[in-house]
Amino acid sequence: MEHEHIVTSFDEELKAIDTTLAEMGGMAEAQLAKAIQALVRRDADLAREVIAEDKRIDQLEAELDHDAIRLIALRQPMAEDLRMVITALKTSANLERIGDYAKNVAKRTITLAEMPTVGSTTHTIERMAVLAQGLVSSVLDAYVRRDVAAADEVRRRDEEVDHLHTSLFRELLTHMMEDPHNITACTHLLFIAKNVERIGDHATNIAEYVHFMVSGEILEDERPKGDKTSQTIVDAPQEKG
Amino acid sequence: MIQIATVSNDPIHKQPDAAPAGAAKITAQGVNVYYGDKQALKDISIDVPAHQVTALIGPSGCGKSTFLRCINRMNDVIDGCCMEGEIRLDGEDIYARGIDVVHLRARVGMVFQKPNPFPKSIYDNVAYGPKIHGLAASRAEMDEIVLHSLEKAGLIDEVRDRLDAPGTGLSGGQQQRLCIARAIAVEPEVILMDEPCSALDPIATARIEELIDELKQNYTIVMVTHSMQQAARVSQKTAFFHMGELVEQGTTEDIFTRPADDRTKAYITGRIG
Repeated sequence: MEHEHIVTSFDEELKAIDTTLAEMGGMAEAQLAKAIQALVRRDADLAREVIAEDKRIDQLEAELDHDAIRLIALRQPMAEDLRMVITALKTSANLERIGDYAKNVAKRTITLAEMPTVGSTTHTIERMAVLAQGLVSSVLDAYVRRDVAAADEVRRRDEEVDHLHTSLFRELLTHMMEDPHNITACTHLLFIAKNVERIGDHATNIAEYVHFMVSGEILEDERPKGDKTSQTIVDAPQEKG
Repeated sequence: MIQIATVSNDPIHKQPDAAPAGAAKITAQGVNVYYGDKQALKDISIDVPAHQVTALIGPSGCGKSTFLRCINRMNDVIDGCCMEGEIRLDGEDIYARGIDVVHLRARVGMVFQKPNPFPKSIYDNVAYGPKIHGLAASRAEMDEIVLHSLEKAGLIDEVRDRLDAPGTGLSGGQQQRLCIARAIAVEPEVILMDEPCSALDPIATARIEELIDELKQNYTIVMVTHSMQQAARVSQKTAFFHMGELVEQGTTEDIFTRPADDRTKAYITGRIG
């Protein structure tokens, strides 16, 4: 809302929450980008950086929670102010999870850097990650601009990440069947892919909160889902002979 | 000293209002009120649901108290006050010719901002209305009405052994509950409350709010309050008044989580409108 509060310090406190959230969002997005870069480049040092920086996201989450609880207790926000504070609380929890997933990608990257590469799977993961990162970035923009249409768009686009995840799942299973020596690396890559897929889900969660924050409506319809890995069976390759 | 040990479970009072909860108890249509040349209310239309608490909120001078006072024709006594439109109680036009205003005010009781007990005993404060309206045939019946009303107002345990003490000697919160007992004693259907807690501390306020919550089982309550938190806590329906207009009305949950009108949003969130 363009109007300011009569009590100026109320506006300042709301703004402080938004600022913390923006910093968290920027960091979560950067952490994902860095983790994937480390994976693609097989750069264990960069991966270690990602692991170390995750602490900062956790700190920001604690800071935001503290400020939001304090504001609820002392200001008793109503209407859009209430919705904004609740959305910030929920969003920060989701961003913190995104940070955790990036960190997990980084941890596995350190292990994978010691192993031979498996086909072109890292590049499929990279494509997935670029999509997921795009969702995180778009949803943070939607939050800042209070843009329902943009938030709803993120909710729709998450399906693309899910589709890639399903095809990657098949690809990795096939590599494992072809050569059992691939199993360790492929398993790590499966977890990495799952992490990226979850990041897309968290971006979708945030999109739903942004929708609520701006419109006051809680979305109740089923969100679009394209992850079919739970029903996927990959047949063993035919014996040559 | 008056002593009656128990209150009968079978009060001589008429049955509580039988209107189904949520149905319109009061219907206002196109209400305009003028104080001389100044228009205080502009085309107000609202349904007040039975057995619910309806909160009227809005800045000072917005017309909410004026509207409250229309419901029991308290504005009749103000010089130069003139009302147009229609207010119906159970479908009956309360401004129709031939309506007995004294009887109307027995059906629609009122509790004011500042507790205003009569300079009489606690007993007499509550007995006054039933006496005027001839509701008790005997002293025993009157005792029962008084005790029953004090019980419903949640005051009986604090005053049982000093019913002949002056009502003005009670604490502010007790005085307000005495005024509620006095309003209940004539078995109204509707209770109007004009900022009933604004002169009370938080504990006394909580007791009145708890009481309001219980009272809505038997009565329809319309309350003017400046405390939005109070409106949010006790009411099921909220109406926002601004400069004589009824800007927005809806369930209390909707008004406080997702108001539709910009003026409501600004008021509720404490913004410069």
